[in-house]
Amino acid sequence: MSSVIESHHDDHHHGPAKGLMRWLLTTNHKDIGTLYLWFSFAMFLIGGAMAMVIRAELFQPGMQIVQPEFYNQMLTLHGLIMVFGAVMPAFVGLANWLIPMMVGAPDMALPRLNNLSFWLLPFAFGILLSSLFMEGGAPNFGWTFYAPLSTTYAPPSVTFFIFSVHIMGASSIMGSINVIVTIMNMRAPGMDLMKMPLFVWSWLITAYLLIAVMPVLAGAVTMMLMDIHFGTSFFNAAGGGDPVLFQHIFWFFGHPEVYIMILPAFGIISHIIETFARKQLFGYESMVWAMLSIAILSFVVWAHHMFTVGMPLAAELFFMWATMLIAVPTGVKVFNWVATMFKGSISFETPMLFAIAFVVLFTIGGFSGLMLSIVPADFQYHDTYFVVAHFHYVLVPGSIFSIMAAVYYWIPKWTGNMYDERMGRLHFWLSFVGVNVTFFPQHWIGLAGMPRRYPDYALQFADWNMVSTAGAFLFGASQILFLFIVLKTVLGGKKATPQVWEGARGLEWSVESPAPYHTFSTPPKVN
Amino acid sequence: MNKSAKRTLKYLSLAVFGMFFFSFALVPLYDVFCEVTGLNGKISQSEEGVSYESNTGRDLTIQFVSHNAEQMPWIFRPSEKIMKVKTGKYSNATFFVKNNTDKPMTARAVPSVAPSNANEYLKKLECFCFEEQFLAPGEEALLPVRFIFDSNIPESINNVALSYTIFDITNYNDMEMAHHDGR
Ligand code: HEM
Ligand SMILES: [Cu+2]
Repeated sequence: MSSVIESHHDDHHHGPAKGLMRWLLTTNHKDIGTLYLWFSFAMFLIGGAMAMVIRAELFQPGMQIVQPEFYNQMLTLHGLIMVFGAVMPAFVGLANWLIPMMVGAPDMALPRLNNLSFWLLPFAFGILLSSLFMEGGAPNFGWTFYAPLSTTYAPPSVTFFIFSVHIMGASSIMGSINVIVTIMNMRAPGMDLMKMPLFVWSWLITAYLLIAVMPVLAGAVTMMLMDIHFGTSFFNAAGGGDPVLFQHIFWFFGHPEVYIMILPAFGIISHIIETFARKQLFGYESMVWAMLSIAILSFVVWAHHMFTVGMPLAAELFFMWATMLIAVPTGVKVFNWVATMFKGSISFETPMLFAIAFVVLFTIGGFSGLMLSIVPADFQYHDTYFVVAHFHYVLVPGSIFSIMAAVYYWIPKWTGNMYDERMGRLHFWLSFVGVNVTFFPQHWIGLAGMPRRYPDYALQFADWNMVSTAGAFLFGASQILFLFIVLKTVLGGKKATPQVWEGARGLEWSVESPAPYHTFSTPPKVN
Repeated sequence: MNKSAKRTLKYLSLAVFGMFFFSFALVPLYDVFCEVTGLNGKISQSEEGVSYESNTGRDLTIQFVSHNAEQMPWIFRPSEKIMKVKTGKYSNATFFVKNNTDKPMTARAVPSVAPSNANEYLKKLECFCFEEQFLAPGEEALLPVRFIFDSNIPESINNVALSYTIFDITNYNDMEMAHHDGR
């Protein structure tokens, strides 16, 4: 990323500034994309280390390594860090790197805002992590921070948690505003909405979702803050409030949030499958419509997380049907990916391996989701490891595999160097085996009744927990390999051509590798 | 930045503020929704001037349940645990409370009905849950509930539980009460 390609315009900076100030003050979308991606990687490793603490404790029944209080803190921080610190910033980083190049724009629309949205994140997570060293410990109420656990019974550090959620929220809101303004106003002439690359489409929809629900999350934590410090009773029954209200507000944010974490993945996977199947993507328009309908439906299914709070039958039925309906557009997407591969001349480079694994394993997660959407069944499954298995299948081999696929796919464009294909494949296979060994048995122990979020469990769950922990350490260790591969690629390697992949389509492949510091200062022609 | 980008920026910022306020609007909306639909086991106060009395009622069992919220030291229990009542006829029940501490205290009881679809048929004319309860140290009282079941209550419901949780709100008193008082 250090290449300096002279821009043809005198009014531009000619290249990145030198030293640390470059990164602090940069308004270049590629620099900011890089910052986001590294930040996300750091959070992935920290959140991953916490997952290792959790799995180590669960290796055997009984308490062996940590205290239950600390276990709860690890569980909470792991969830928060992975969702808000790893997955979301990784997608924003990809958006920064790719969207301007994909739509033929010179940069993001609001470059200084872009700098601010990134630099808020280290503060937000610094605050969150510092709560580990506060009196009473870090937040311990789960990533869903249900009141009154997170209000009446919360440790004092909850105030810092609230503050950090506010900052993260502000950062994502600014990031999404930037994405929308860029996409709506800076596309190269001739690029109609229905000609946009699917990654751009997926991010446009995601950004709207973020703008709709991040303020609701901010509202929820603000109400908590007021309950804790200003004597209101939003969630306190003694003063006429209602803790169930918290769950409604949280999941009104929370369900769209889970789609925020998967829609950009849909875009990425579409590009990769198209490239390595060497065929045009099957059903572009239906892909766009599917994403739009998923996004809209995601606002009317939130209570499937709350089937057991005592809703009346009519509401249970409504939320059950609405949830099942989401499986239809999701199915359309899976069908289109498979149809794209059908009769293609497929090659299995690392990005494609991750993409195919995504299609298969995400579908498994979708099916367990469907099982959970059945109200009477969910009364049995709710708050068991089955739910844990479900959301890890959609998030790890779903969102995270898509991010890894994206890194392997575009890193030649970013660095100008090819990654080591043999090592990439090794990383894939280790991750693939690791993820399945970790999470598949959790379906079984969940169905057998093991509740989630406890540091200890009954003896009959011991065997599969041991397997799951072994898988988790395999998965965790293989991410060190990933770090090594990325570093090695940044530092050197076989030079990449501008096209990089034989079957790749899109404007980003028309510029040199590595992509010059300034691209498309004059808009390209799109036909 | 060109003009159309500025316009996009403006409506997006408005949307952000709009959604933030919407999240607070969810609070009253939620209550309205629960009241209209009778969800959440919230008790409906009987409307003025409407009579639910009838002579064609049937037998029904009502159970009274009391809970103390955490750290609420009062003694709080129903005088009778189970009553046989007739729908369409007024009935009276009482709960015994005693402030067994050496401090004056204020409490509020929050009611709940199970099954929740019985809720809209259980009408209360008088209930200690409508008001705060103040008791001096050592003071005790019998708190009344006067209620009637609407005879339209579905045939399938033969047992209804009316439960109260009593909360210590002594320290809430100086502060503003919640967004709405009682139910
Ligand atoms: C066909 C699609 C899907 C369906 C039908 C579905 C359904 C459900 C249901 C019913 C639950 C609640 C289970 C319970 O708590 O008892 C749930 C939980 C969850 N789902 Fe999904 N889901 C789907 C896709 C996804 C996707 C794509 C993601 C994220 C990328 C996701 C992430 C989650 C998470 C994080 C939870 C658990 C939240 C928690 O309680 O901590 N789901 N899902
Ligand atoms: Cu959901």
